[in-house]
Amino acid sequence: MVLNLDKCIGCHTCSVTCKNVWTSRDGVEYAWFNNVETKPGIGYPKEWENQAKWKGGWIRDADGKLRPRQGGKLQILGNLFANPNLPQIDDYYEPFTYDYERLQNAPLSQTPPTARPVSAITGKKMDKIEWGPNWEDDLGGEFASRGRDPLFENVQKEMYATFENTFMMYLPRLCEHCLNPTCVASCPSGSVYKREDDGIVLVDQDKCRGWRMCISGCPYKKIYYNWKSGKAEKCTFCFPRLEAGQPTVCSETCVGRIRYLGVMLYDADRIAEAAATPRAGDLYQSQLNVFLDPHDPAVLDAALQQGIPQSWLEAARRSPVYKMAVEWKVAFPLHPEYRTLPMVWYVPPLSPIQSAAQAGHMGMNGILPDVASLRIPLRYLANLLTAGDELPVARALERMLAMRAYKRSQTVHDAVDESVLAQVGMTAAQVEDMYQTMAIANYEDRFVVPSSHKEMVEDSFNEKGACGFTFGNGCSGGVSSPTLFGRRPQGLSRAPGMAKPGEKETP
Amino acid sequence: MPFLHAFLFGIYPYIAATIFLLGSLFRFEREQYTWKSDSSQLLYHGRIRAGSILFHVGILGLFLGHFVGLLTPVAVWDTLGVSHGLKQMIAMVAGGVMGALCLTGLLILLQRRLSEARVAAVTTGGDKLLLAWLLVTLLLGLSTIAVSSGHLDGHVMLQLMSWAQHLVTFRGDAAGCIADVPMIFKAHLFMGITLFLIFPFTRLVHVWSGLASVTYLGRTWQLVRPR
Repeated sequence: MVLNLDKCIGCHTCSVTCKNVWTSRDGVEYAWFNNVETKPGIGYPKEWENQAKWKGGWIRDADGKLRPRQGGKLQILGNLFANPNLPQIDDYYEPFTYDYERLQNAPLSQTPPTARPVSAITGKKMDKIEWGPNWEDDLGGEFASRGRDPLFENVQKEMYATFENTFMMYLPRLCEHCLNPTCVASCPSGSVYKREDDGIVLVDQDKCRGWRMCISGCPYKKIYYNWKSGKAEKCTFCFPRLEAGQPTVCSETCVGRIRYLGVMLYDADRIAEAAATPRAGDLYQSQLNVFLDPHDPAVLDAALQQGIPQSWLEAARRSPVYKMAVEWKVAFPLHPEYRTLPMVWYVPPLSPIQSAAQAGHMGMNGILPDVASLRIPLRYLANLLTAGDELPVARALERMLAMRAYKRSQTVHDAVDESVLAQVGMTAAQVEDMYQTMAIANYEDRFVVPSSHKEMVEDSFNEKGACGFTFGNGCSGGVSSPTLFGRRPQGLSRAPGMAKPGEKETP
Repeated sequence: MPFLHAFLFGIYPYIAATIFLLGSLFRFEREQYTWKSDSSQLLYHGRIRAGSILFHVGILGLFLGHFVGLLTPVAVWDTLGVSHGLKQMIAMVAGGVMGALCLTGLLILLQRRLSEARVAAVTTGGDKLLLAWLLVTLLLGLSTIAVSSGHLDGHVMLQLMSWAQHLVTFRGDAAGCIADVPMIFKAHLFMGITLFLIFPFTRLVHVWSGLASVTYLGRTWQLVRPR
């Protein structure tokens, strides 16, 4: 997946539609498989990027071997009794609903009644809501708090505390479905795994024992502990939709059309080596080296021999993700220094230059404005996307500016200005494709999702007539009654005044 | 009374063991989604680190101590040259230390579980029963140390050992071995046997998984599964 941050308007539609589909259940009310944060900020859960605190991701030992930052296997087993690196619910937020009934039932009074928040855990009234998945929305809160953002490393952050110099950007976050996931590596029971055919990282709910090591392992804090079921849960990349050739819910509903889905071919044998690249700044490039060129006949032959269906190879050739990440190099991995080789990539945002240009503060680089004068410091973006290497980010921003300059000369002046393209090393055909993909962003250009070939893994003939004529979910009885072994009935809700299954409605 | 004694210490252990094993197997097969440690750490940390580590180290130590102490044949100790009195002393000291660790941890965890509203909210009846059962069993076990200190020759210990060894070797007269041990031992035994009986119906099943997690040490870091 690629997210074009240049077009994200921070509307949270992705978060809300995801929540409605996946996490509107007991125990995961606090969990947002997708949330949108305003940067600079410390985010959700608090300070998730501070790996000195949470110990997520991998570190490279002196002998060049990788191990999870939270410890090797023995140390992880030693922490089973009490995980020292586990966020507490307050680092996310205490889930709540409101006492809406009060608005109707309150006795007559001088002041209008208020609906106070009610904890979804204890059912008790809460004094105050302290944090949330978008608490710092649009620079909410004081700079002293937001300034703890680790992306300010090597940036003179005090400068950006003043109102006239302030900047912001949105960062939608979801599971990265990494090539080298630390959550998988941290799970003592082996319940977290990566799917062979599409690379989606999933939790086997039956096998999960609630040891909670994956939560510390994930540097993005995108695997959550369901406090009701006692199991880990995470973004499923909407695999039932993906299998049917449909985009994920967050992508489908994105009003800014910022999300792209496409197939990437890669060499799994190169992953370990790439993740163990000595210098953090080289990790972006070494991850690029893992990807294979879907236009290379040798790659296609090898893929066919391994049984990858032709339709997937066709999709790989048309993949918008491949174009943006590899061909145009305008998309980057999120925090490559965590060494997880994340697979949700981001196009860095351009930021306002108009007023600076008009006031003559603007440096120019040929006819392109100097990207170093953009309002968001390059260093800040580089800390987010390339482990501090500013060059690739600057180049991506220049290409995006060049695309605009080129299209502007074409549509306004009716002239083709290829000099600006030469400056950023692109051809007119490439820029036209880039314009079509990133600016127009038609549905079929954004989502090139081949439907999965179920016939290759299952003999569907045997399923004929076997499923679909029962109550429940189709293949099981769908029973949700409690059992002798502590399974609780589904759908218990703690909304005050609402009857639970088997209870009488309170009058 | 002889019948009750014969039942509780001759037959009941087999019932408890059967339910323990078959219950665990059945739950693993049919209800694996409910098979979990049921951690409440996310909701409230508090002193969970001290409490949980003390409790687990203590109770695992106690289990191991009972296992080795009760089931190692007397002949082995005699060959090793460990006198009965010395072995009883080792058992009392090791059991006392582990019991004290376990009790401290258990009290910390109990306090956390009952006084912190969020943790109390996710506490089930089964959790409460289990914690109370563990506490009573542990207190009874610790009080046997005081009784044992009255007779340091190891003869009661030998009776308990032959009871356990008769049980696991299916000799019919197990209950007879402990006909005249003090009441407090019998109470502790009953509570302990019953712990196995309730095991499959509580969160205790995570003990199996905790033991199984040693396979993690020999595993590759990454896991890939076909669909």
